[in-house]
Amino acid sequence: MRAAGDPDRPLARFWREFCRGRLAVAGLVATVLLVAAAVLAPVIAPQDPYDLAEIDFLDGELPPMSTGGAGQTYWLGTDAQGRDMLSAILYGLRASFAVAFSASALALAAGTTLGLVAAYAGGRLDAAIMRLAEIQMSFPAILLALMLLAIFGRGIDKTIIALALVQWAFYARTVRGAAIAERTKEYVLACRLLQLPRWRILVLHLLPNVLPPLLVIASVQLASAITLEATLSFLGLGLPLTEPSLGLLIANGFDHILSGQGWISVYPGLALLFVIVSVNLLADRLREMSNPRLKR
Amino acid sequence: MLEVVLRRLVQAVGVVFVLSLVSFVGVYKIGDPVQLLAHESATEQEIAAARERLGLDRPIHEQYAAFVGRMAVGDFGTSFVSSRPVVDVIVERLPATIELTLAAFLISVAFGLPLGILAGLYPQSPMSNAIMAGSILGFSLPAFWFGMMMIMLFSVELGWLPSIGRGETVTVLGAQWAVFSRDGWAHLLMPALMLSLTTLSLVIRLVAAGMREAMMADYVKFARLKGLSERRVVLLHALKNVMIPVVTVLGLEIGSLLAGSIVTETVFAYPGIGKLLIDSINRLDRPVIVTYLILIVLFFVVINLIVDLIYTALDPRVRDSLR
Repeated sequence: MRAAGDPDRPLARFWREFCRGRLAVAGLVATVLLVAAAVLAPVIAPQDPYDLAEIDFLDGELPPMSTGGAGQTYWLGTDAQGRDMLSAILYGLRASFAVAFSASALALAAGTTLGLVAAYAGGRLDAAIMRLAEIQMSFPAILLALMLLAIFGRGIDKTIIALALVQWAFYARTVRGAAIAERTKEYVLACRLLQLPRWRILVLHLLPNVLPPLLVIASVQLASAITLEATLSFLGLGLPLTEPSLGLLIANGFDHILSGQGWISVYPGLALLFVIVSVNLLADRLREMSNPRLKR
Repeated sequence: MLEVVLRRLVQAVGVVFVLSLVSFVGVYKIGDPVQLLAHESATEQEIAAARERLGLDRPIHEQYAAFVGRMAVGDFGTSFVSSRPVVDVIVERLPATIELTLAAFLISVAFGLPLGILAGLYPQSPMSNAIMAGSILGFSLPAFWFGMMMIMLFSVELGWLPSIGRGETVTVLGAQWAVFSRDGWAHLLMPALMLSLTTLSLVIRLVAAGMREAMMADYVKFARLKGLSERRVVLLHALKNVMIPVVTVLGLEIGSLLAGSIVTETVFAYPGIGKLLIDSINRLDRPVIVTYLILIVLFFVVINLIVDLIYTALDPRVRDSLR
């Protein structure tokens, strides 16, 4: 046991090691800023892009940096309906993050629970859960999500459920593997000798120790959830038209590309790319840190 | 070994059965295709007659039983939209998807292997950093947006490449192939690049990471001590070990490419089976959707089976443990 206030606390050590990757720090900063922009979208966006009273149809398809009828500047131009693209992107970011975070949280909760149950129960239940995970993982996420949404129909809740259903297995496998590896360690034996109930050992003692690999998976899966949602929405199977995410904004701009109004899909796409790169930089560093084979 | 194959086969059949049932029930619960297809002036009687003709008035388990019975003799039903046999509709679109998937696969291997080896051999060099940064970008780029940006640059701005369709095709062995015409190649280039993006990045990263680890391994040090040329050490000793996981992943990537082709074909209006699926979903063409889903499930199960077996055969550790 280390004394409290020791500078070598695990968290401080983790943070110091994380900061050694400069790109990862940039990714972290960018992610935090993007999430803040998404949360604050109603406050910082120049207009509410879905309030028809604020949209002027006469300002439709203006290129970036143009001045609108009421004297306002459209930094990133407008779409066919005269909607300010910057505002639409901020609101789209909000929708994308909301879906991706909800789906990842749901997958994390479900996957962790199933993984712990599998490790705890063993035997047939364990085999059944893991076989299910294996079958799920043998199909590409986009294909499964597409199948599910083709069956459910589009919608925010349905998209979240579909994404969680294609991501739970990664968590379940990791948690089960880690839990089984930890099971024979001395602290678990000590808990057993104390005759603590098994659920207590699992949740209070094992779970904290399998968190590092979970963190890696969660960061990777978050980026993948954002891409998946955007792709599904682009195909017309994800979010409904009333809640446009970045993917839907890009899809809306697709029709305008051939007529030369590229900005309608370029900027939402750049925003999406920026989000995914930031999260991936973070995820990459976390994965690097957790790979002992590269620490030589 | 035989036992492993058998167990896998039983599992595969189970997966196909369950997923076919799920997709059948699921697809048949969404929407009423007759309402969508019927002419505006159609009377109630005409709609009821159409429903009866398509067998939609019967309970779902009967519909499923009839469906399985027909499928067993190779009859996958008739498309609601085009009134042609589903098999014909899918088979005529298959060559386009096969070409696209294969082209993307070849691009990924042909560029991914050398780039990955270079990046893995000189991990600190600027070139390696550039390759690895490129692969992170490749992973992060939403493929559909990448495709659209290529259309914007090469079709709209520069006018170099066509943005839509498959171009001129040549009939070989009764199927339409675009790879035998110049025009077909021009149409294939951008879609194949878009589709290869993720797989290419994955191959680069896998090979680079594997190489990096392999070059620190004892057997490589030993090979060097024996005085073997660096080329031989890298291309024979190190690469052989690196390739084991890469081959597995590449096998599974064929499936990912097939799934990705759904998105690619939608972006480029490329007339393959992926575009067919999306069109069929939008038009509630149930027989086509269900047949597509079942065929793709079958395909994946077979691919996974083959990859499993190859992996077993390739990795002596796994192979020997089965003896």
